[in-house]
Amino acid sequence: MPDVRVVNVTKKYGNLYALDNVSLTIHDQEYFSLLGPSGCGKTTLLRVIAGLIEPDSGEIYIGDRRVDKIPPEDRDIGFVFQTFALFPHMTAWSNVLYGPKVKNYDAKQAETIGHEVLELVKLNERLNAFPSELSGGMMQRIAVARALAAGAKTLLLDEPLGQLDAKVRNEIRYEIRRMAKDLKLTAIHVTHDQAEAMSISDRIAVMKKGKIVQVGTSQELYMHPNSLFVAFFIGESNFLEGYITKANGQSEIELREGLKVNALNQLNIKQEERVVLAIRPETCEMKKGRVTAENSLYGKVEKTTFEGIVVRYEIRLENGDRFVINRPSLTEEWVKIGEDVSITYPLDKAHLFPYPAAGLTEELKV
Amino acid sequence: MLTKLWNTLNKLSSKKPLKYTLYISAIIIFFAIILVPPIIGILIKAPAMQSFLNQPALVSSALGAISNSFIIALIVAALDLLAGVPLAWLITRGKSRWLSVLDTFADIPFVVPTAALGYSILLFWSSSGGISSIFGSSLISPGWLLVMLLHFTFSFPVVVRVVVGAMLDYKMEYERASRTLGAPPLTASRTVTFPIIKPSLIAAFSLAFARSLSETGATFIVAGIAFQNGPVFIQNLSNGLKSGIISQATYEGGTVFASLILIVVSLVIFGLIRVLGQKLTLPFGKGLPNIEKKLSYKKAAWSRNSIALFVFIVIVLIPSLFVALPAFQAIASGSTLAEALTGQGIWSSFWQSLFLSYGLGAIVTVLGILTGIPMAILISRKTFGKLPSTILDVLINVPLIVPSIALGVSLKFFWQGIPGIPEFLLLVFAHLAITYPYFVRSMSAAMERINVEMEEAARTLGARPFTVFKTIVLPITKYSILSGAIIVFTRSVSETGATLAVTSNLLTAPVLLVNWVNSVRGIISPISGVSELTVGLACGFLILFSFIILLVLRLLTRKGKV
Repeated sequence: MPDVRVVNVTKKYGNLYALDNVSLTIHDQEYFSLLGPSGCGKTTLLRVIAGLIEPDSGEIYIGDRRVDKIPPEDRDIGFVFQTFALFPHMTAWSNVLYGPKVKNYDAKQAETIGHEVLELVKLNERLNAFPSELSGGMMQRIAVARALAAGAKTLLLDEPLGQLDAKVRNEIRYEIRRMAKDLKLTAIHVTHDQAEAMSISDRIAVMKKGKIVQVGTSQELYMHPNSLFVAFFIGESNFLEGYITKANGQSEIELREGLKVNALNQLNIKQEERVVLAIRPETCEMKKGRVTAENSLYGKVEKTTFEGIVVRYEIRLENGDRFVINRPSLTEEWVKIGEDVSITYPLDKAHLFPYPAAGLTEELKV
Repeated sequence: MLTKLWNTLNKLSSKKPLKYTLYISAIIIFFAIILVPPIIGILIKAPAMQSFLNQPALVSSALGAISNSFIIALIVAALDLLAGVPLAWLITRGKSRWLSVLDTFADIPFVVPTAALGYSILLFWSSSGGISSIFGSSLISPGWLLVMLLHFTFSFPVVVRVVVGAMLDYKMEYERASRTLGAPPLTASRTVTFPIIKPSLIAAFSLAFARSLSETGATFIVAGIAFQNGPVFIQNLSNGLKSGIISQATYEGGTVFASLILIVVSLVIFGLIRVLGQKLTLPFGKGLPNIEKKLSYKKAAWSRNSIALFVFIVIVLIPSLFVALPAFQAIASGSTLAEALTGQGIWSSFWQSLFLSYGLGAIVTVLGILTGIPMAILISRKTFGKLPSTILDVLINVPLIVPSIALGVSLKFFWQGIPGIPEFLLLVFAHLAITYPYFVRSMSAAMERINVEMEEAARTLGARPFTVFKTIVLPITKYSILSGAIIVFTRSVSETGATLAVTSNLLTAPVLLVNWVNSVRGIISPISGVSELTVGLACGFLILFSFIILLVLRLLTRKGKV
């Protein structure tokens, strides 16, 4: 059962770094996601692992074997493409049996494998249909079955749910994880959908501009983002700009218009330095009127949006900054537009980052 | 004035009457000028066959010539595919930036008019000044092998162009998927890529087959005295009639007989290709992947690419351009060039024929575009429903599969029955009939690739149908229009068989060139002032002018003016 190791891999297109000295280890039987915005290099990295793109430098290991000089057909991988890439001139059944056949399995063995994988993907109907006659969900199952039938121990999935509608996507993502776990595969799943990555992955690597920004479990990335970008890309955050006026463990920050708040200074940022305070909308409490308390912000509700489980409030703070809060919709009284509110946040859930050299907008650009 | 006319037509284009008038006119022109005349032309002369059939020696000679045509066409089309696919593969998959140059070079035989190409091939393989000089004697004498080499040379670019187009449209994801499932590159190609691009491979084979079957002028040059294929047989009958060896009845009967067999057998073969081609599958072949694996990697791929390049350079490119050598000698000699440029002696008829050929080519191209665009829209947009579109789609291919000399002869038989038709108009009709399918096919394929939603979006934004065509369809399809126009123009300029059949007084450049070459080779009585140097220089002029015209067309498109 293989670990997958990526060591110092670089891939350039002209002057653009698609992958910039990337190193990463994916553990045996782990369900791992590569997450990031379009163009961050996640698909390039997956294709480099698969052997579909040759890196300019660096090494790739699957198990103990160095594979970066080995063609894709000898890497012992299964690849599920975003467009499924089902062979249009073959039936669903022929697509599934393609791998065993090109690997010279005998016919009976190939058929047994075919039935087993179709059982796994819960598809035993319309096997004589051509891909153009199948629904998106069915095509997706056939694509997974085809990748599994080739006997791979490493399953690579390139935005495998991107072509499906939301309902089917939600169903199938758990099924893919279940299959990978049942078959004890190492799975690498590329997605730009953070909810998808967080719901199925053992660990996630967040990528930006050809680099890996942070690797961790969903919880780690959400609770302890190591950068403004991760705080922005995983979940949602309010970003308040200011300066450190007191730089002890619990620092005092002066926001715009002289508004003062506190935060834990875990990165030991020096006094007088410009900072950005990131606070997640769902970690805040909100009360009507002006209630004096520690770590409070005051403002007026400008917009409310009912989103099902939560109500989303857009608040204009006293200093003019915009602040978003999500509150439970069913268990709390709703606040109306125009009402004054007091917001409090827990210190350990607010994250303090140095102000990015390129500016906040540039830093958060996806 | 023009703007006002455009605005009025544009307004009217939203209304059905104008739209349907355009479409119905296109259909009428197609039937009245392109499809029906050759069919009726052959049928009205069918009774003349009786006199021909009474001469068993001629009948057997005709049957031999016709079977030569089909055997050569089938072998050449197969060889084209065998050599063309690896080259197309190299052009589309290779990483070197020189491959775009190779891609352009692959079109060179297109630029060389076939009559000049025939002479070039003859010089290269047969004359003492060509490759034969290395061996001390004529390497390949005029005859079936030289005909085969010639047909391979001029049909090769057709195959490369079609396969390159198919490979560029092909989604590489299928092949990548196959590789990740354990298939070595060659297995992936055999089991996935080739089956998916099979329609294009069949189309390439069919086009090469049709080109080989219908070529006359160049074949006549390289066939020699002993060998004849179908078109050469018909041409020999025509020459026999002129020199009084055979009677008018034998000429007409023989021509109808040969044309009918060529047409019927062509239709049967194309029908078979269409039906069987779809069913043709490559075996999966247990064990083959192991062999293919060995053949897939660097050394084998390098050898494959080298062989493809060698075949292209030695059998296609150099022989195609070899005719330019005597042209250089003529330029160096000075006096021949001066005579040519001042139009002295025989050069006066050369310039007239050149002017006629290019004028004719231009007229036919413009008419082809004007009548072809509505037909392409009808076929691609299924304006009158699926069945009528399919029928039209099949029918426009008919002129492609009928040998051009047979088409010319039957057109002549039809139009000579209608008095007062000038010979030039007959030439226009014949060339339009031959070239029409090329433009419609290219344009309808391009229109099928356009997402209809783009046109619908323009309509919802207030554009009338003519504006939609001008602002959306035209810019997107301009490359296909240009490609179609280039094929129509070059095909018209180099067409010999049909021209020989329909004209008695007008001399186009390829016909003149065939006469000159035959004069040099002593096949016909010598024409005063014609020598190897003059023929070489004439071919050089033809190639140069065709190349300049095509280059200008390409540059204009690049600037977005076409």
